[in-house]
Amino acid sequence: MSLDDLYQELILEHARYPHHRGTLADPTVTLDAQNPTCGDEIHLQLKLSGDERKIEDIAFSGHGCSISQASASMMTDLVLGLSVKEALEKVQAFQDMMRTGEPREGLGDAVALAGVSRFPVRIKCALLAWMALKEALEETGAM
Amino acid sequence: MTFSAKRWREDFPILRPSAKGRWVYLDSAATTQKPEAVLRAVDDYYRRYNANVHRGVYRIAAEATERYEEARQRVARFIGGDPRGLIFTRNTSEAINLVAYAWGLDNLKEGDAILVTAAEHHSNLVPWQLVAKRTGARLRVIPLDEEGHLDLSQLPELLEGVKMVALGHASNVLGTVNPVEEVIRAAHEKGALVLLDAAQSVPRMPVDVKALDCDFLAFSGHKMLAPMGIGVLWGKPEILEKMAPFLGGGEMIGRVEWEGSTWREIPWKFEAGTPNVGGAIGLLAAVDYLEKVGMAAIARREEELGQLMARRLRELPGVVVYGPRGQRTGIVAFNVEGVHPHDVSQILDEEGVAIRAGHHCCQPLHRLLQAGSSCRASVYLYNDEEDVDRLVAAVQKVREVFRVPG
Ligand SMILES: Cc1ncc(COP(=O)(O)O)c(C=O)c1O
Repeated sequence: MSLDDLYQELILEHARYPHHRGTLADPTVTLDAQNPTCGDEIHLQLKLSGDERKIEDIAFSGHGCSISQASASMMTDLVLGLSVKEALEKVQAFQDMMRTGEPREGLGDAVALAGVSRFPVRIKCALLAWMALKEALEETGAM
Repeated sequence: MTFSAKRWREDFPILRPSAKGRWVYLDSAATTQKPEAVLRAVDDYYRRYNANVHRGVYRIAAEATERYEEARQRVARFIGGDPRGLIFTRNTSEAINLVAYAWGLDNLKEGDAILVTAAEHHSNLVPWQLVAKRTGARLRVIPLDEEGHLDLSQLPELLEGVKMVALGHASNVLGTVNPVEEVIRAAHEKGALVLLDAAQSVPRMPVDVKALDCDFLAFSGHKMLAPMGIGVLWGKPEILEKMAPFLGGGEMIGRVEWEGSTWREIPWKFEAGTPNVGGAIGLLAAVDYLEKVGMAAIARREEELGQLMARRLRELPGVVVYGPRGQRTGIVAFNVEGVHPHDVSQILDEEGVAIRAGHHCCQPLHRLLQAGSSCRASVYLYNDEEDVDRLVAAVQKVREVFRVPG
């Protein structure tokens, strides 16, 4: 495992020009999450459709390292348009990939992050956005 | 006489080159590596005369007690203080908490103020916040100028109503050394006591508590070649004598009755329970080693390398270096524009250069610098110019990987 795998072109692209970065005018749910050891922060916003419980829009802001920014960008691409249940399955798949290091199908660009699992201190960076999404979805589920 | 880092480096087993070449350790402000002499002293204690101290009559218990108390004498001499005021703690944080609680709870009240600086480490801030909350005292902050030096223009006003000044001696981020003599003099004129957080000064420059006239001084063994888990609080004996104990337990008592107990004399009054004997013996060996190298020589050398490191990093486009352009210690915090410190230190690690990334336990200071976090490279007596070259080359690599413009 070398640094070139960690900092693949695709990851650097997403970090440099993140997708869905910003804020929503009319979010259904807003969630702030932090990684207290390094101070990384994410503010995640979701707009859910009334009855179908689909993610109609998504945006994130905050600051963090290239891995956390790229991961958030890839995640927002992936879950836009999915139902709450489908999105939660994606979160689970991503968590599994971080744990095992095995690339998972159906994760879109985020599969490029499989190698992060071999840099234990960086796993938390990659997971930050996904944990925020999980918490946000669970919060809306309870509503 | 030139300072031979190469020669000292040979005493540090962990720094020996591996098959992959020489590894460059630039994180000594977090903790230093340990020389053979310290490793041997600790090993010798555990192999040959491990026994609990005080009250043991048998031969090795007497030897352990003797060495533990010798460590107290030796470390007190190292900082120019009365050994009766030298209390062994776990680290700087515990030493500061001891004063905050044992002195603060009995001497602070509503309307009193505690004065700190804007560059304080959380260890010299949070204990005071906790005690302020319990006593109704308030925290006041000495501001910094643009270079990171203390702005003392308002000092007389800031000192009004202050009972304790808790002051970092050398910054763990900015590389500054504060003009503590001036603050101590002004504080004493107003009847306030002064605690120096010397975690970053005692390891890298001569410090003499008598000359400084500080009331308390706190530092950690692990940042000056000794093992982790041993630290020091030094206090003026006449002040310590009037303070209530911090922790209760064995070793610190005179006579124990159901109705209450009396305390042993200082410093033992403040050392409840079995102390870290091996750690104290390691600190003794560390102090011997540091004096062999020479504290004045270490300070000069650090300043040279600190200046060089700051200058070379500033020359790179897209790199900001925090702290003063003039005199500084060998602790240099910086950022590479557009690249998060975690990513910088990851790439540096791949290049065999170990630095720290984060807020370095100084969140308020980083807010002031308008940086969420920073990279920090810090040298010690085993570093040299070649290490600075390696750092600069590795930062160049970061700029290439992340295509930092310029
Ligand atoms: C200025 C300063 N104060 C206090 C501390 C805390 O030291 P320790 O963690 O050993 O208690 C440190 C080191 O991290 C420091 O740099």
